[in-house]
Amino acid sequence: MLKKISWFQAFANIILLLLAASCILPFLLLVSSSFSSENALIRYGYNFFPKEFSLDAYRYILQKSEVIFNAYGITFLVTAAGVSLSLLITILLAYPLSRRELRFKRLLSFYVMLTMLFNGGLVPYYIMWTRGFGIKNTIWALLLPNLLLNAFSVMMARSFFLSSIPEEVIEAARIDGASEYRILYKIVAPMSKPIIATLGLMSVLGYWNDWTNGLYFITNTKLYSVQQLLNQMLLNVQFLATVSKVGQAGVAGMQMPSVGIRMAIAVLGVIPIMIAYPFFQNYFVKGITIGAVKG
Amino acid sequence: MSNLQQTKVKKKNKKRKRDSAFFLMMLPGLTYLFVNNYIPMTGVIIAFKELDFSVGILKSKFVGLKNFTYLFQTQDAWLITRNTLLYNFAFIVLGTLCAITVAILLNEITVKWIQKVYQTTILLPALISIVVVSYLVFALLSADNGFINNTILNALGKEAVSWYTEPRYWPIILIVVNLWKGFGFNCIIYYATLISIDRSYYEAASVDGASRWQQLINITLPGLKQTVFTMTLLSIGKIFYSDFGLFYQVPMNSGMLQNATNTIDTYVYRAMSQLNDMGMASAAGLYQSLVGFVLVLAANKIVNRYSGSEGIF
Repeated sequence: MLKKISWFQAFANIILLLLAASCILPFLLLVSSSFSSENALIRYGYNFFPKEFSLDAYRYILQKSEVIFNAYGITFLVTAAGVSLSLLITILLAYPLSRRELRFKRLLSFYVMLTMLFNGGLVPYYIMWTRGFGIKNTIWALLLPNLLLNAFSVMMARSFFLSSIPEEVIEAARIDGASEYRILYKIVAPMSKPIIATLGLMSVLGYWNDWTNGLYFITNTKLYSVQQLLNQMLLNVQFLATVSKVGQAGVAGMQMPSVGIRMAIAVLGVIPIMIAYPFFQNYFVKGITIGAVKG
Repeated sequence: MSNLQQTKVKKKNKKRKRDSAFFLMMLPGLTYLFVNNYIPMTGVIIAFKELDFSVGILKSKFVGLKNFTYLFQTQDAWLITRNTLLYNFAFIVLGTLCAITVAILLNEITVKWIQKVYQTTILLPALISIVVVSYLVFALLSADNGFINNTILNALGKEAVSWYTEPRYWPIILIVVNLWKGFGFNCIIYYATLISIDRSYYEAASVDGASRWQQLINITLPGLKQTVFTMTLLSIGKIFYSDFGLFYQVPMNSGMLQNATNTIDTYVYRAMSQLNDMGMASAAGLYQSLVGFVLVLAANKIVNRYSGSEGIF
C-alpha cells in the first residue's frame, strides 16, 4: 500500500495545492479587505487578514442599497429572459439542422457557420444597433446584441441531437401522426436535458458576466447591470455617491469608505455565482469538454 | 385517381408540411443571425468611406483606401498588430504547456474527491467576469493600497511601484492574468483526452517494467498530441483577435500603459468611442476581420487534413 503513494504523486499534490491556492487567494484578499476598517486599509493596504475588522463598507453600501438592488434587478431580469429566449431559438434552429430530411441543409449549415468565421467588426455592428434599431439606453441593449444566439451553441446542440436521438424514435412518432413541433417538444426535448442544461449554463454565465453591451450601449445609470456597476466603481469610486439619491443634499449620510468599498462591492458582485457554482459544477465541466470536441 | 397516386400526393403533402414546420422553427434563429451578424458584414463598406451621418452610410463620400493608408501610416498599426500577435503567441505556448502539465498532475491523483476539489478550484477563475478579475488585480497592484506594494515590497524593503503607469511590467502581468484565468478551462480539455487513453497501454508498460517517466513520455504525451495539435491550430486561427476585457479592463484603461496593452480590439473601440474616428476604427476592424478570416480558414483546413473531422467543419 505504501508504495502506491509515489514521489510523483506527492509532487503532483503539492503543485496542485499551490495552484488551487493561487486560484482562491485573490478572492480571499477581496473578502478580507472588504471587512477591514478604512483606517487599516489606508495604513496597511489590502490584506489577507483584516487588521481591524469593520463592516463600514457594507454599511455604506446598504445605505445606497437602491442602486445595488436596481443593478441586481436588471441583471436577474436580463439573465432570466435572455437565457430562456436564447435556449428556445438555439434549439429551434439546431433541431431541424440535425435532421437528414431537411431541405437545403448544407446551405443552411454554412449560413450558420459563416458567422463564426467572419464578422463586420465593431463599427458597423454598433451603428446598426444604435442608429438602425435605436436600442441605446434601453433594456434591449443588454438582451439582444451578440448574446442571444451563437453558431457555436447551435453546432453543439446539433451534434447532440445527431448522436443521441435515434432516428427510429422520431420516425415512430411521425407514423403515429405527431407533428414536428410535438415531436420536438414531447420527445426530443426531454431526451436532451443534458445538452439543454449545459447550454443553459453557458448562457447564464454569458449574460451574468457580460459587461460589453453595457459599455457600448448604456449610459443611463438606471439601466446599469451588476457588471457595469462594478466596472464604473472600479474606474470612479465616487460613482455610488453621485448616483444615489440618499445621502445627497441635506440627508445626512456617512463618509464613504472609498478604499474598502471597492472590495465590498466586488464581493457582492461575485457572491451569487460562487453560491451557485457547486450546483452546476458538473455541467460546467461537461460544457467545456463537449465544446472542445467541436473546436 | 388511382390508389398509388393518392398515396403519393399524401406523402408529398406530408413532406411539404414537415418542411414548412422545420423552416418555421428555424426562422427566429436564422433571422437573428441575419440581423446580428450578416447586416454588420455589409457595413464593412464604411471602411472605404468618409462617414457622414447627416447623409447616411450609403451616400457618404467614397474615399477608397484612404482610411487604410492613414491607419498604416501611423505607428499604431504596427504596434497593435505586434501586441496582438505577441500576446497571443505567449498565451498559446505558455497556456498549452501549463494546461497539459496540470492535466497530467491531475490525472495522477487517485483519490476521487481530492481530484474533484482540485478541479473545482482551478475552474473558479474561468467562472468570473473580467471586471471582477480587474478588481482582484487592483487589490494586488493598486499603487496606494495594493497588497504587493504595501506588504510584499514593503517587507523586502523595496520602493513601491506605480504599477498602473509603468508599461514595462504589463506584458508579464497580462500573461499571468490570462494564464490564471484560462489554465483550469484548458486543463479540463486535456484531462478529458487523458482519461480516454486506453488503460491497458499503461498496464502493459508497467508489466514490461517501464518507469512512470517513460510511461509519460511514450504513452501519455503521444496520446495528447492530437488534441494539442487541434487546439493550437484553432488558437492560431484566432491569433488576430484579443480578449477586449483583458486588455481594456485589467489595465483599467490606463493611457500610460497603452504601448504595452493596446491591441487591435482595444484600438478599434477607442478609435470609435473616444476619438470618434469611424473611418479609422472600421478600417482597423476590417483589417482584423480579413486577416482573421484567412487565418481561421487556413487553420481549419489544416486541422481537417491532418485530424479527420476535428475542425469546425
